[in-house]
Amino acid sequence: MTVVVEFTDAVRDVEAAVEVADGQTLALLGPNGSGKSTLLGVLAGLVRPSTGRVSIDGEALTDVGPGRPGLMVAPHARRTALLGQDALLFPHLDALENVAFGPRSAGTSRRVARTDAQRWLDEVGVGELSGRRPSQLSGGQAQRVAVARALAADPRVLLLDEPMAALDVAVQPALRQVLRRVLVGRTAIVVTHDPLDALLLADRVVVLEAGRVVEDGPSREVLSRPRSAFAARLAGLNLVRGPWRDGAVRSESLDVHGLVEGPVPADGDAAIAAFRPQAVAVYRDEVHGSPRNAFPVTVTDVEPRADLVRVHAGELAADVTVQAAADLELAPGSRVTFTVKATEVAVYRL
Amino acid sequence: MPALVAVAFVLLPLVAIVAKVDWPNFVDLITSEDSQEALALSLRTSVASTVACIVLGVPLALVLARWDFRYLGLLRSLVLLPLVLPPVVGGLALLYTFGRRGLLGESLEALGVQIAFSTIAVVMAQTFVALPFLVVSLEGALRTAGDRYEVAAASLGASPTTVFRRITLPLVMPGLVSGAVLAFARALGEFGATITFAGSLQGRTRTLPLEIYLQRETDPDAAVALALVLLVVAVVVIGFARQGRSSI
Repeated sequence: MTVVVEFTDAVRDVEAAVEVADGQTLALLGPNGSGKSTLLGVLAGLVRPSTGRVSIDGEALTDVGPGRPGLMVAPHARRTALLGQDALLFPHLDALENVAFGPRSAGTSRRVARTDAQRWLDEVGVGELSGRRPSQLSGGQAQRVAVARALAADPRVLLLDEPMAALDVAVQPALRQVLRRVLVGRTAIVVTHDPLDALLLADRVVVLEAGRVVEDGPSREVLSRPRSAFAARLAGLNLVRGPWRDGAVRSESLDVHGLVEGPVPADGDAAIAAFRPQAVAVYRDEVHGSPRNAFPVTVTDVEPRADLVRVHAGELAADVTVQAAADLELAPGSRVTFTVKATEVAVYRL
Repeated sequence: MPALVAVAFVLLPLVAIVAKVDWPNFVDLITSEDSQEALALSLRTSVASTVACIVLGVPLALVLARWDFRYLGLLRSLVLLPLVLPPVVGGLALLYTFGRRGLLGESLEALGVQIAFSTIAVVMAQTFVALPFLVVSLEGALRTAGDRYEVAAASLGASPTTVFRRITLPLVMPGLVSGAVLAFARALGEFGATITFAGSLQGRTRTLPLEIYLQRETDPDAAVALALVLLVVAVVVIGFARQGRSSI
């Protein structure tokens, strides 16, 4: 299911062209108002662009603008399931009937649709909640049911618009694992603010800024070496790759302890540790007590940002306040210690 | 204090009517042939006009709540006009539309259809005045429900009719029920438009309110007894409407 979308929207000042290959998951990053949701809306048939074309596997779904046929296939005939921040489960139907809604609308018999629905609920780990009404589900459970419902509709493209933004931080990892599992081999677009989502869910990242595509590349590349201002601010994620051994990710120079999200890697498996620069504390002296992760480093660059200072040390980065940077007399060449709590580090098997 | 005065202002007349009822003969009064006929006609026509309100009002409320076009505000005002229009004026308007010499009446007459002063005319008069109650109630429910669930349903592949049947309708059902109950109550109490457009023919167009008005001259006790019947119906209806609203 190769998806091609190119459009301009004069009202929202968006001009973008994006292509998603069959089975690929694309992460769409960008500040608020950069046109991410507009792009999903154009794909889903909810937004009619000024000019533009949408096609899935060569079948045109939208083709509008001067000199074009003015084609605009209705949203329900596109098979582009859209899942937003809010689960929007139908309040008068239980979880099972919610999931069965898509197949039933496609003409599947009630019995088959319900069997299918139960299978999808099991797949996302909430099979035992099939009889519950949406009002009896927590936010995380509801969003899982919504994922099952979207998948049960057998979409050609799955569109996820910040699917975790409305959830508690505590339940995000579980849903992320669910998405990670179900998105394998599926053509999908995920709009997100979280670089971890982009890294873990998507093969490719597109960054939109002010309605234009400013970056497009493999997730890991874009996130660890961002070129656009937005990706740099958002991402700049500390990523340490190496084999997993004795409960830590061991790269050539660092041993990083963290919390494993998802399947626990076996000894020797390739793994990646990710943590945000904001989670890193910087000390001038040797660190007393014993935080699990303490890295003696040499500062390579000090980069003032809006209200923080980003301290680079080779591949690693830390954000400190301006006051702290002054107190520590940070400058290129300073020898300092970066520490980060193991609870702030997410470890994933690759 | 002014609130108490208001309550008393509404309540006292009701108490007065209950006090005026000739209880020993109450059953006889409300079971006289004229009364029975009027009551039966009222119930029949009110049910019919409520059905007509649903058939006409549901699409109209959908248009008002879901579409967006230039003259929407104008259309809404127009639909609400019967709410503020004196019913007698409404009756006159209907008469000059469907009456013998009316705008459409002449063509209808040529087809052998005569509407004015028939039971159909009663239903039409009631529908005319009751329609806004259903439309306003349902439009409110539709706007409150919003279209987010409908968009979600469409993205799952449901056609517009499926979305309406399986999502929109169940979500606004309480609003529809309370709107229908209010429309029924308004139809049941209809007087002005009915007497103007349909007249007061016993058994054909003389509904309960008309019967009460006539009996007031000849047999005040019967009028009071029938008034109490309408009062009880009104109380039951309000109870229904409240239940419908609280379950939203």
